[in-house]
Amino acid sequence: MKTKYLISVAGLCLGASAAMADVPELTVLTYDSFASEWGPGPAIKAGFETVCDCTVTYQIAIDGAAILSRLSLEGGATKVDVAVGLDSALTAAARASGFFAPSGVDEATDLPVAWNDDIFVPFDWGYFAFVADADTPAPDSLRELADSDLKVVIEDPRSSTPGLGLILWAKSAYGDGAGALWADMADNILTVTPGWSEAYGLFLNGEADAVLSYTTSPAYHIIAEGDAGKVAWRFDEGQYMQIEVAAALASSDAPGLARDFLRYLQSDAVQALIPTTNWMYPVRMPEGGLPTGFDDPAAVVKPLLMTEGEAAALHDTAIEEWRAALAR
Amino acid sequence: MARSARPLGPARGAAAVVALAITALFVAAIAMLAAQAQGAGRLGPADWAALRFTLWQALWSAGLSAGLAVPLARALARRRFWGRGALMLVMGAPFILPVIVAVLGLLAVFGRAGVLNVALGAMGLPPLAIYGFKGVVLAHVFFNLPLATRLILGGWASIPAERFRLAQSLRLPLFPHIERPMLRAVVPGAFVAVFLICLTSFAVALTLGGGPRATTIELAIYQAVRFDFDLGKAALLAALQFGICLIAASAMGLLPARDLRDGAMDRVVVRWDGQDTAARVTDALVILLAAVFLIAPLLAVAFSGLGGFGAMPAAIWPALGRTLAVALAAACIATGLALTLALRGGRLVAVAGHLPLAVSPFVLGMGLFLMLRLVVNPLPLALVITALANALAALPLAYRALAPEARAVRLAYGPLAASLAMPPAAQLRHLYLPRLRRPLGFALGLSAALSAGDLGIVALFANPGQETLPLLMYQLMGAYRMEAAGGVALLLLGLSLALFWLFDRGGRIDARG
Amino acid sequence: MLEVKALRVSDGDFTLSADFALPQGSLTVVIGPSGGGKSTLLSAIAGFLGSDAGQMLWGGVAFGGADPGARPVSILFQDNNLFPHLTAALNVGLALNPRLALSSQDRAKIADALTQVGLSGMGDRLPATLSGGQQGRVALARILVSQRPVVLMDEPFAALGPGQRQEMMALVRGVLCAAGKTVLMVTHDPQDAAGADYVIALADGRADTPISAARFAAAPPERLAGYFRK
Repeated sequence: MKTKYLISVAGLCLGASAAMADVPELTVLTYDSFASEWGPGPAIKAGFETVCDCTVTYQIAIDGAAILSRLSLEGGATKVDVAVGLDSALTAAARASGFFAPSGVDEATDLPVAWNDDIFVPFDWGYFAFVADADTPAPDSLRELADSDLKVVIEDPRSSTPGLGLILWAKSAYGDGAGALWADMADNILTVTPGWSEAYGLFLNGEADAVLSYTTSPAYHIIAEGDAGKVAWRFDEGQYMQIEVAAALASSDAPGLARDFLRYLQSDAVQALIPTTNWMYPVRMPEGGLPTGFDDPAAVVKPLLMTEGEAAALHDTAIEEWRAALAR
Repeated sequence: MARSARPLGPARGAAAVVALAITALFVAAIAMLAAQAQGAGRLGPADWAALRFTLWQALWSAGLSAGLAVPLARALARRRFWGRGALMLVMGAPFILPVIVAVLGLLAVFGRAGVLNVALGAMGLPPLAIYGFKGVVLAHVFFNLPLATRLILGGWASIPAERFRLAQSLRLPLFPHIERPMLRAVVPGAFVAVFLICLTSFAVALTLGGGPRATTIELAIYQAVRFDFDLGKAALLAALQFGICLIAASAMGLLPARDLRDGAMDRVVVRWDGQDTAARVTDALVILLAAVFLIAPLLAVAFSGLGGFGAMPAAIWPALGRTLAVALAAACIATGLALTLALRGGRLVAVAGHLPLAVSPFVLGMGLFLMLRLVVNPLPLALVITALANALAALPLAYRALAPEARAVRLAYGPLAASLAMPPAAQLRHLYLPRLRRPLGFALGLSAALSAGDLGIVALFANPGQETLPLLMYQLMGAYRMEAAGGVALLLLGLSLALFWLFDRGGRIDARG
Repeated sequence: MLEVKALRVSDGDFTLSADFALPQGSLTVVIGPSGGGKSTLLSAIAGFLGSDAGQMLWGGVAFGGADPGARPVSILFQDNNLFPHLTAALNVGLALNPRLALSSQDRAKIADALTQVGLSGMGDRLPATLSGGQQGRVALARILVSQRPVVLMDEPFAALGPGQRQEMMALVRGVLCAAGKTVLMVTHDPQDAAGADYVIALADGRADTPISAARFAAAPPERLAGYFRK
């Protein structure tokens, strides 16, 4: 009697796992705040599962840059089907790694710059900006900031994507004058943090006048906290862009599902989620438009973005220029 | 019988296995990185600058921590006052907090908008700038002064009261005859321990260092892996860091480990000096200054955390459970390994016991990830691996707590146990475990608290549903929820202190004999 | 019979030589100045020091190569003879079963031994609650219940007052030797020699042939003259 019971339980378990195996699984590697309770991840998983007849499983890396380093540590032998959250400044390295396959997605976007890429699919974007209290006198350019007495916190370009964005920003706007700009800005940089969280934490604690973040940051304080006291500085030379992209792994055993997921990321359902979960701009304006509290991205004087070739070519020298100027 | 030639502790073979396994693990972690690399790495001038800065700040931090710990330990050793136990407990907190929490707490006091500068401003004085080299050293002293103090306090506690009485009756000055020899034996150990801990610093150095001048080797490794995808260079830097640490750890292994002694916490040395007013006032001032320096930032953490308590998400409860499980597992592993090594004793074992200080957690995490991937999918094992890595990180301190006590038991009772033909298991059960209750409680408490507060390598592996409290705190910060993150930080602070207190206390209750 | 044949032991720079035989059930006192090699001799017989040459035998069987726990030898140290966290009874029980898995028979033996040394009913006490003399008696009880025929004592009663010393010597003789144990006791007190069967004079790393206590009292060896004058 007992044996029979055990056998039937074992049979049930086998049956259950077989049933699970029938539903294909899509493994998505992303950064932790994307997949967390407060990010868009859970809603995207739920939404996609209703249309795909599959199971979405997230794996998390601690930030966007860690996604590529995780994949390179795994040396291509990975279960991951889709990577979500690579930064536009890292697409050259990502492309060179050979881990990723053409997306098959080429829908038009509302990005302020043309985006034609056979591999990387944008799903949100933003402008880097210094965020400050509304009553702090705002400079009109990086140059004016460098000449002021203001103190700012920035992120290290060697460990953080906003940090790298600032380096490329200075290079785009000032070219060979970037070195001189850094030399003059050295006394304005209170400190450099390893990542965005530390920098933003210091700023909120009142340590600095401004912090390198995004033009969309004030929207968080307005919408989530009802605090309109934070502003993003707009600079005359323009703001550098960050475009977050997703891509399918060449090694994926579910390429069709991966392509569907990439497409789903650009769908109205997901794009409407982006502003108040990831606090970035959607790449396609959802039907209801941007929530109140978000600035119109068109208000930026000039969007700055290097091609990935330019960015890759300048990467080492631009960082060394920055390091040398600030290490003095 | 004082000259008994053989080590009589049980399980000598097990200690050799543990020592070898630890060494092999660290060498393998670096080798795995190198094997994964596309070609050998090259070091540039920036890397050498990072090396210089790393060594320089570690030397200063260790020198100041050990130097300041001497008067503090002396004051604590000879004064008994209300709240002494609580002070000793809370003083250990900076060491076990997540780095970012401790840094924000420190800045709430010493930062640009901190209490100190607000007060200076109100008095019309110029503000004190913390960012830069002195900020890095200040933070490292904040983290490590309690540890150095405890190590040196152990030295004071180990001087028999009779020796003070003897010196007194012979009218010998105390310092050159009693205290200097003790300090000469204990201070170098404290110095090297802090030096090693500061060598692998990265977030503190960068955040408070004010810019790329404050680049450490650890940041260079991080950069090589995360942004340059240059594993060859990462392996080279890791090997360099390992080499430096190995030299320092060997130096420490050669030093007598007579610190973290049992009773260091609650034993007030009975002595007859320092009863005059000047000495009393000096001691009181030293203790007061240290308490303010160490506790004010913690109060800031607690204060800013109180507001965030209500904002914490429901996810903290399962995360709390996971953190507890990881901390308890790590504490048991660390203490078990440390006990195995301590029972054997000897210099090579001491070097192996200190080795984990020599490897950056980041490199160890990646090495473990690569190694495990050869046999098993490491991702579902994130918490197991984290417990293991945290245990290794806590091993040196657990070892330092246990080794001198185990040696004392071995010297006192080893011959008796041997002549009674007690087998190793019986010696462990009926001799070492009961005699080592207090240091075992201390080692368990310290490693549990360290593990609970450390972000650890869970960040490299974790998947949704595996978050620990520190990881959850970082996720909240990453999602702008600084207030809720502050609540989690306070919860972590409470958890770490509670774990330490419970174990340490458990070792003391009913410790017969 | 305990035989020590042409034994040579070195401990650092120090070398000791000894050659003697002691009949079963006898009490022998080793006497001499400190630094003369008394503790070295006991360490060698107990197995804590290896020997360079010579043999040690009990009942004709050599035990010189065995571990300390595998020799036919019990030892009473100057201090640390009792584990402070174990009761008196359990400390005695270690000699019956070092894993302390004690049967009811074992417990009866322990109680009996404690009674013989005058500690009836004190088996549940921890050493810290016993006087120095009582602690020594617990150690004697442990030696009594052990199966080992030879007993080595390293100045065991040095910390006791004269009255207690005499009581303990009487116990050693009346309980241990009476039970057939062969006792070799290191001391620096000539008074202890008075109650012994034999005396071995030990100085400058050389152990003399045992002589009777009476002969020793009548004519102490020339070599120890300086020691006694002090």
